[in-house]
Amino acid sequence: MSAREKVAANVANYVDERTGAASWMKKNLQKVFPDHWSFMLGEIALYSFLILLLSGTFLTFWFDPSMRHVVYEGSYQPLKDVEMSAAYASTLHISFDVRGGLLMRQIHHWAALIFMAAIVVHLLRVFFTGAFRKPREFNWILGIALLTLGIVEGFLGYSLPDDLLSGTGIRIAHAIIQSIPVVGTYLSFFAFGGAFPGEVFIPRIYIVHVLLLPGIFLALITVHLMLVWYQKHTQYPGPGRTEKNVVGYPLMPVYMAKAGGFFFIVFGITALLGAVASINPIWLYGPYTPGQISAGSQPDWYMGWLDGLVRMAPPIETYLFGYTVSWNILIPGLIIPGIIFTGMALYPFIESWMTGDKKEHHLLDRPRNVPNRTALGVMSLTFMLVALINGGNDIIATHFDLTINQIMWFSRIGIIVLPPLAFVITKRICLSLQRADRELVLHGKETGRLVMLPHGEFIEVHEELSAEKKYTLTQHQQPAAIALVKEDARGVLNPKGIRAKLQARFSAANAENIAKPTPDELKQLEGGHH
Amino acid sequence: MKFISKYRKHKLAAPLLLLFALTGLGLTFSVASATEAPKSVDAAARSTLIEEGQQIFLKGCSSCHGLNGEGAAIAPSLIGVGAASVDFQVATGRMPMQDMSQQAMRKAPVYNEEEVAALAAYVASLAPGPRAYTNEEIEWERDGNTAEGGELFRNNCAMCHNFAGQGGALTQGKYAPSVMGVEPKHIYEAMITGPQAMPVFSDKIITPEEKLSIIKWIKAAETEPNLGGAALGRVGPVTEGLLVWTLGLGLLIGIAVWLTAKAR
Amino acid sequence: MSSELEPLADPGLPEHIHRKADTDPIAAKRAERQVAVLFSLSAFGTVLFLFSFFFVDEDQFIFVPIMGSTNAHQLGIGIGMAMSLLFIGFGAVHWAKTLMPDQEVIAYRHEMRSEDSDRQDFVKAAKAGAETAGLGRRPLIKRSLAAAAGLAGLPAIILLRDLGPLPGNSLNETNWKTGTRLVTDPGDRPIKASDLEVGGVAQVMPALAAGKKRTLEDIAKDAVLLIRLRPAEFQLDAERLSWTHEGIIAFSKICSHMGCAVALYEQTTKHLLCPCHQSTFDVTRAAKVIFGPAARPLPQLAITVDSEGYLVAKQPFTEAVGPSFWERKS
Repeated sequence: MSAREKVAANVANYVDERTGAASWMKKNLQKVFPDHWSFMLGEIALYSFLILLLSGTFLTFWFDPSMRHVVYEGSYQPLKDVEMSAAYASTLHISFDVRGGLLMRQIHHWAALIFMAAIVVHLLRVFFTGAFRKPREFNWILGIALLTLGIVEGFLGYSLPDDLLSGTGIRIAHAIIQSIPVVGTYLSFFAFGGAFPGEVFIPRIYIVHVLLLPGIFLALITVHLMLVWYQKHTQYPGPGRTEKNVVGYPLMPVYMAKAGGFFFIVFGITALLGAVASINPIWLYGPYTPGQISAGSQPDWYMGWLDGLVRMAPPIETYLFGYTVSWNILIPGLIIPGIIFTGMALYPFIESWMTGDKKEHHLLDRPRNVPNRTALGVMSLTFMLVALINGGNDIIATHFDLTINQIMWFSRIGIIVLPPLAFVITKRICLSLQRADRELVLHGKETGRLVMLPHGEFIEVHEELSAEKKYTLTQHQQPAAIALVKEDARGVLNPKGIRAKLQARFSAANAENIAKPTPDELKQLEGGHH
Repeated sequence: MKFISKYRKHKLAAPLLLLFALTGLGLTFSVASATEAPKSVDAAARSTLIEEGQQIFLKGCSSCHGLNGEGAAIAPSLIGVGAASVDFQVATGRMPMQDMSQQAMRKAPVYNEEEVAALAAYVASLAPGPRAYTNEEIEWERDGNTAEGGELFRNNCAMCHNFAGQGGALTQGKYAPSVMGVEPKHIYEAMITGPQAMPVFSDKIITPEEKLSIIKWIKAAETEPNLGGAALGRVGPVTEGLLVWTLGLGLLIGIAVWLTAKAR
Repeated sequence: MSSELEPLADPGLPEHIHRKADTDPIAAKRAERQVAVLFSLSAFGTVLFLFSFFFVDEDQFIFVPIMGSTNAHQLGIGIGMAMSLLFIGFGAVHWAKTLMPDQEVIAYRHEMRSEDSDRQDFVKAAKAGAETAGLGRRPLIKRSLAAAAGLAGLPAIILLRDLGPLPGNSLNETNWKTGTRLVTDPGDRPIKASDLEVGGVAQVMPALAAGKKRTLEDIAKDAVLLIRLRPAEFQLDAERLSWTHEGIIAFSKICSHMGCAVALYEQTTKHLLCPCHQSTFDVTRAAKVIFGPAARPLPQLAITVDSEGYLVAKQPFTEAVGPSFWERKS
């Protein structure tokens, strides 16, 4: 035993005698993770969260979350002697009088945008491959919670510097709170310590932004990861991959090196963006005052869809029995987002009810093999995209020579018409792809080589697929629709009534598939084909 | 290298160059047609200037604005708009309009400086209005205050022209143009005349000194180097979001694909 | 569920193909060197960072294509930091890909649910626990505990009471009183009707009492936009027309939708646009909403002139300014 080994052994012995870690480590160092690029998306989110913690901590050393009035004396000349809040002045101080401060601010903001984008693409991967199915429903809900909190956390961070843009954002948040029926006025007075903007809101959201929400994030992310660890990762179907196993690389050393390396890469890319691209140049916006505004005031992208919905809302407000209800704010600002996020959280249960599928799933779906779900996903995405586009309608209008009125009307109509259209088209595409798969399995790949048969007919040579490829294309289950039981054998009406009917309807839609090749079909073709 | 970059970074460089070229062209013309009397302020010269302006007006403007500048269905009356309006509209190339679009765009001017002056003299002769200015009169560097100008800009201009003067959308396809690279006198004239959709900012509401401060702030914004990297158009979070989804996530996903691809 | 016959049997994991570096020592050596180069590039990045941090002036600018004139200090430390991080990552990944074992291994899953015997034991233990605590037998304890626990949450909510004052009537009030002078913002100069040309606008605030300072809360309610039209252009009823003065009309600048400053005035169309959500108001018709999500016109401030000829408020706003709220009287 070399000296170095001896030291290592001593340390390991010391720790194990006090924690018994060896037996746990023995198992888990060999933990297997399947390798696929789409499995790295959640990791991007995780790593950007760590980057946010690191860069955010750096910023707290100088940021002064106070709305007390100060006169700016720092080195940015165009704002010299301007009256502003201490929050804004200290953000300017970080940007111009702390070396590396601007870089860290930009890294923090870019990391936040990447964090949210990574959460969204991770969510899309999980959705379209059906990774949320039993036993992973809890983790799906945790993910939705993280997404929701991420939007709130991001918005609070955007609001902290107290520049003209972030103040405008707070103004709109204030209006949303105030629009809540019955308690809205009181809630807004409590949140803002009186009339808008007051002097307490930024200190309050600061503590939520740097302590409360990050704490909740840490807890939720820990549970999220522990569940992934405990339930083992899902994997894409393929030869040798079954519901009972997981094929991949061991944690030590391959996955550790790759995942650890990827952390540095994500941090590096964020730093690169922070170095070369300006983000939120607060010194240009100027300090916030409620009487000023800039053209093209937008939220960050993850709130853009919400702003887009608010923009396209019809001008409806009711005044009944002496009370005012602003539907033009409530519907796009609270009700629709509420429905969207609740629906997302409940989706695993809704799907399992629709299909009657109560089995565990560890093999992922190819999106085309579940046309209904895929179409539903694209439909929701279309809805969000139309809303997001409308959220930037003024910028789009000036850059593409359109009018805001055109884009607004396009969005108002599009948000109703386009999602169902997207559903139908996506489902069609999925079924066509299934048909193509079936053709591939039965008749092989087209090679483009033409051969003349002895009697003069030309045929194209088809190359048979490998057994592995054929297996991958045919391994999926094609569940049959749930038969509607109107009455049981004794003539008793189904007590579920309309619910059973609905379920049968949905499950029939779900079961709409192109039948995959049967063993008989395959056998028949064998030998007789080129 | 620093020397060159100092010039190149200047956003004014291109417009200034253009202006220089045009002035040169104008001078050449005036030298070539040297039969005219040299510029003087006496009445005779003024009236020839007005006459010359009228000739240009009849050829280039009257089809829309009427033979006497009285306006018509498609173009407003020019009686009382003053020389300032003419100088702003014509010298920035907005007039004559080439097509009947939502609003006149800034483009290379059709008339040279002499012709603009003649046109301005003619329109000013129709009825009194705000006079035209020269860049030398607009002493923004001496009399302006950047910080004060910033506050005035945010209060009076940013809602249409955006926080950094990059312009923004108005209703029905109209837009507030970018104020970057505009000559000081034209900014000044725009404020006192309210061209097209822009309202008038009277001297009692925003004093001439305050206007100089606004110009000084605009010029500071124009020459402000990129302190934090590529400026992304200075239009706010939309381009930032676009960059994060394309370059940011694009790079990261690309790397993830490389990372999980089997080595050969 | 269909119990179908699978068309094909699982062919099993494909055979492992060795990499060059597994079989060829030269290739392995090359990969090793590549990893080392990547790690060295990271070290170079750190040096670049240190150099830029200490030796590049903070107001030094360099010209970079596409980016334009850029702060050299910021760019140097940023690129340095990015390199030092990126190349550690690239090195580690390249190492894992080329030199660490790339044979895929199989681990087996177990079903999530516990063994039946474990489940039964759990139910037994839980029942026994509840039994010994006597929860089932002593409903009084159960109910009083529930009530107490429920009530105990109340202080937590009550404690938040002093987060802010009650709204009272404050949302309905502004600093505009009968006779309050309109002053320019910024500048605080009183305005005469003749100061404003036709087609002109002015951002105004109520004049301050001597020694008082204007707070942001004041601005959030008091900001007013003054617009001058030709009197003939108005299409107002008699009352609203009497609120104007010589073609000058005054509106609250705080959007009736969500409170942004509405001040994009188009002189040609006489429309006011809110940049936040694009509500469009027609000035000639008392700021009637003609486009966008706002449901109410902007409140109009009645104005007149005082004995010295300065513009003053004829009366306070007759309705609450800013976004709607539950108690608002429409």
